[in-house]
Amino acid sequence: MKSHVIVFPGSNCDRDVAVAIKNISGDQPQMVWHKETSISQSDLIVVPGGFSYGDYLRCGAMASTSPIMQDVVKKAKEGVPVLGICNGFQILIESGLLDGALMRNNSLSFICRDILIKSKNQSSVFTKKTQVAKMPIAHNEGNFFATSEQLKRIQDDDQIAFQYCDENGNVGCQSNPNGSLENIAGILNKNKNVLGMMPHPERAADLAHGCEDGKTIFESILN
Amino acid sequence: MLAKIYITLKKDVLDPQGSVIANSLKSLGFNNIEDVRQGKYIEIKLDSENEDTANKQLNEMCEKLLANLVIEDYKVEID
Repeated sequence: MKSHVIVFPGSNCDRDVAVAIKNISGDQPQMVWHKETSISQSDLIVVPGGFSYGDYLRCGAMASTSPIMQDVVKKAKEGVPVLGICNGFQILIESGLLDGALMRNNSLSFICRDILIKSKNQSSVFTKKTQVAKMPIAHNEGNFFATSEQLKRIQDDDQIAFQYCDENGNVGCQSNPNGSLENIAGILNKNKNVLGMMPHPERAADLAHGCEDGKTIFESILN
Repeated sequence: MLAKIYITLKKDVLDPQGSVIANSLKSLGFNNIEDVRQGKYIEIKLDSENEDTANKQLNEMCEKLLANLVIEDYKVEID
């Protein structure tokens, strides 16, 4: 699999995700510095987590104007799978590839702990192998918000990829860590080739992590 | 020319920071607080003679980058 990981100043999960992809696919992803203007033929583009540009203005806002993002948007529109994790999700929203907004957690605290998610749309390239899965979140701005029109579109077009849930897969207030609308942990674009998610699958992709549930997302992309 | 831009959360978007600030102010004895909304203030120095053109440009800046129109409103003032 030919994959690319975009690197911004302040990205800090770029190498973690590259290790996960290498271990699962056998192929080393290519790291792409954000100042570059084009990405070669790709089977997967990852916009990784971190604190691009120190979260100035709004998380992901500065990175969305980086030169490489024009080609990421172009490739996404051509159908190339694009995965945004955590800050990468924020960047994809700021780039206009995904609907909604990610606001400050309703607790006003940075949350770093394991949570459970379940896939709602199980037919996308990313979500075929994930049922209820455990992986960590680590964010201050992961509270998903959308206008009522956007939310209706997201629901009508089956764009909810993941929802926070309990161990039985029940979706409710008690399993919602950050105040996200409809417990949304990840959404897809209309064509289902772009996924943005707050949880970190690359941090639950090795036995040494204590959990390998995150592998299911990369395995789904591979097959 | 100096432009002052105020960015605030839309009225129907919950502002937990504003609520906490309101509570803190009340605990200091400001009991007549009705509501607090927190936002951002940005100053931009522009080389422009024409206020209309500048205004148009500033609005475009807000819509393209400075504000997130899903959750925020903005107001532009020119000095």
